[in-house]
Amino acid sequence: MISGKAIKYGNNVNTDVILPGKYLILTLDPMELAKHAMEGLDPLFFRKAQGGAIIVAGRNFGCGSSREEAPLALKHAGVSCVLAESFARIFYRNAINLGLPVLECSGVSGKVEDGDELVVNLGTGTIKNRSKNLTLRATQLPEFVMEILGDGGLIEHLRKRGLK
Amino acid sequence: MNITEKILAKASGKKEVSPEEIVEAKVDVAMVHDLTGPLSVETFRKIGVEKVWDNQRIVVIFDHLVPANSERSAQLHSIMREFVIEQKIENFYDIGRGGVCHQVMPEKGHVRPGELIVGADSHTCTYGAFGAFATGIGATDMAAVFATGALWLKVPNVIKVNAEGRFQRYVTPKDLILNIIGEIKADGAIYKGIEFAGSTIRNMSIDGRMTMCNMAIEASAKTGIVEPDETTLNYIKERTNKPFQIFKNDPAATYEKILNFDITNMELQVSCPHSVDNVKPVSEVAEVSIDQAFLGSCTNGRLEDLRLAASFLKGKKVKNGVRMIVAPASQEVYLQALQEGLLEIFLKAGAIVGNPTCGPCLGGHLGLLAPGEVCISSSNRNFVGRMGSPKAHVYLASPSTVAASAVTGKITDPRALEV
Repeated sequence: MISGKAIKYGNNVNTDVILPGKYLILTLDPMELAKHAMEGLDPLFFRKAQGGAIIVAGRNFGCGSSREEAPLALKHAGVSCVLAESFARIFYRNAINLGLPVLECSGVSGKVEDGDELVVNLGTGTIKNRSKNLTLRATQLPEFVMEILGDGGLIEHLRKRGLK
Repeated sequence: MNITEKILAKASGKKEVSPEEIVEAKVDVAMVHDLTGPLSVETFRKIGVEKVWDNQRIVVIFDHLVPANSERSAQLHSIMREFVIEQKIENFYDIGRGGVCHQVMPEKGHVRPGELIVGADSHTCTYGAFGAFATGIGATDMAAVFATGALWLKVPNVIKVNAEGRFQRYVTPKDLILNIIGEIKADGAIYKGIEFAGSTIRNMSIDGRMTMCNMAIEASAKTGIVEPDETTLNYIKERTNKPFQIFKNDPAATYEKILNFDITNMELQVSCPHSVDNVKPVSEVAEVSIDQAFLGSCTNGRLEDLRLAASFLKGKKVKNGVRMIVAPASQEVYLQALQEGLLEIFLKAGAIVGNPTCGPCLGGHLGLLAPGEVCISSSNRNFVGRMGSPKAHVYLASPSTVAASAVTGKITDPRALEV
């Protein structure tokens, strides 16, 4: 179970605002990157995300560049899960590979407001909005994706289960 | 099956695959550049294997921050040079040896029809222009590919885009792809492939097809692809002597949907801030004043683009108060543009001709924008902060519109400059 407060954004949140290109060269240190997460869209994000927040967004979250630093920065800023109507596929893969859960949930952007208390069950795909007393259903993750997340990311998964 | 399905069936050792099926696919070629390479390498080392799966199938190209614009980027280059030596990777294009990765890959014979190519860069979909299935991946996926040579992929549903008719004068493949993205929107092809077909594509040069496939990602597509034909083979044969397999669509090939575009009366198109799908005909944005004009990138830094832009700048001057930056996409393009006299035209017009690099396009270096400034660019993204200040404005357009706008100092339909 993952619980946290919702931080809400709109459609087509791109990787240039999730982590501007100018920070890519500065460091590979995820904590340093995290300080600049969402800087292009929401300068207060880092403070809000501390201690475990859940991002709720519209369509096509994470579109644009393949930079893995984008989900890496979100994860290290304290984001425990991203819920969106849909995801850009490279971001989606990158997040799972880093052990950051991402769930597609149709209608989520209309049923969650900024600051709502959410509880997410990854196994069943159930999302409870405690602030509104609503239950939402997300698309369930395939079993092998759950295994990767359970192991903490693709690298840990490969190390644990061996290369095929 | 359609060509996308056929390539994925071959890559996963199956007779047939269908959309939504998840396959374990073998990678033919894997590409990293200087910006995504270091994180891929660092992640590869965490897996704990000594050697990459096949050092002949890995290509390393420096293009994002070349020449090194800071001590930090010089360090990133060092990390990659050490990796290349350690893993004995021969396909390495250091500064001065290649150029922008998506131009260098086909130019140097690393792209062939029917192959599965992955790159740690979202514009890897460019190679669909050659009938390959090519898609962008992140650093961890790339590290896993380095170690295993394989990755899981979901077979995408494919949208077929049929374009029919001839372009009006000065209208280019860039205008067509902007028009398509404006119609289907930034998430219009999410998780899907786009196949470009129809008489317009058949009559299109390789340069133009690359521009089209390059921007498939801006509609969030997994890949863009063109069925190989004589134009493809004429290009490929000169660049590679390795064998390859050509796939054609079955007559009964299925698509999620088919979209038809008649381009006969299509105007030049401009993508307005701050979203690539915010596309308008040039007539609706004429009169917007510009501070900078950028001609280059993996979208429009090829020879055909430079020739077209030069035809407008010949004997003219870039407007006072406007700076024009030209970055040919590769050393080869640069040399040929030099031999054809194009660089002289740019220089005499008052433009700066830089080295092949992605620099300005991603806000890396060599042409960033200050708050409030406006740039017209032949590149591929106009997101907030993409080319420098989050308070700058980027308009995306064809090479002809970029050149014409540089001359007048405001966004201009190139036809207006015709005498």
